[in-house]
Amino acid sequence: MTWTWFHRLGSPPYVYALAARLTPWFAWPAALLILGGLWGGLVLAPPDYQQGEGVRILYVHAPSAWMSLMVYTTMAIAGAVGLIWRIKVAHAVAASCAPIGASFTVAALVTGALWGKPMWGTYWEWDPRLTSELILLFLYLGYMGLRTGIEDTQRADRASAVLAVVGLVNVPIIHYSVTWWNSLHQAPSVMRLAKPSMAPSMLIPLLMMLLGFTLLFGALLLVRLRGEILSRERAASWIREVVGA
Amino acid sequence: MSAFFDMGGYAAFVWPAYGVTFAVVVLNIVWARQSLGRARQDARRRLDARAEAP
Repeated sequence: MTWTWFHRLGSPPYVYALAARLTPWFAWPAALLILGGLWGGLVLAPPDYQQGEGVRILYVHAPSAWMSLMVYTTMAIAGAVGLIWRIKVAHAVAASCAPIGASFTVAALVTGALWGKPMWGTYWEWDPRLTSELILLFLYLGYMGLRTGIEDTQRADRASAVLAVVGLVNVPIIHYSVTWWNSLHQAPSVMRLAKPSMAPSMLIPLLMMLLGFTLLFGALLLVRLRGEILSRERAASWIREVVGA
Repeated sequence: MSAFFDMGGYAAFVWPAYGVTFAVVVLNIVWARQSLGRARQDARRRLDARAEAP
């Protein structure tokens, strides 16, 4: 087994070119899956027997919440890889994740509030799931604030990576909060070890949205990663070619 | 059709939820492209500055 592929992934010009080439392979399937999922979720799926048409918020809330956790986990792992092996590209991946994750955490909180009002009678409650998700938003904002506050990129990379790794403890807390504590929030119906407890007519559009959002994250990350790599490479001659200067 | 937009009385919650998510998706696409465009511009400016003052 050779490790050349791993070393190549540490090479900024290689990753820059690869990211550019891969972006449409994420973006187009993402667009198709999201459009299909929207049609399935808004039109084809039946209303819930308890929540009526209000249940359709599920098809935007669950993917946003999934993004908030998945992007954070990616950010923390990339930060850890950057810390351990001192790979610049890994730090660039981590830095690219933060604004994406933060914005989808806002979407998860707002769509959750809009679901909570008709179902629980309140937009907000200091409930374990809601509170831990709000802490996730603060972790993202803290991460971004820390990065802007430190001028030197290498020091910003290391400090923010430590914050991301420490904050990773919040991710399982969010996921298991509904099982560990008495929460207003319902228990997971897709992300669980047993079979999903949902009719296929609801499950399929939801899975399409989850996969579509995940691929969208891939496309967004690849575009942002190229920008991060460019801004980190000061003197490299390959930059002249890609920016056409 | 109007029944669809009424969402069984949940319209005031369902449509804003979809609107916010749509806005976040669109903004993310715009922001990602902007950040790459800005980085390319900065890189070009750096290269030009070095070419002028060797």
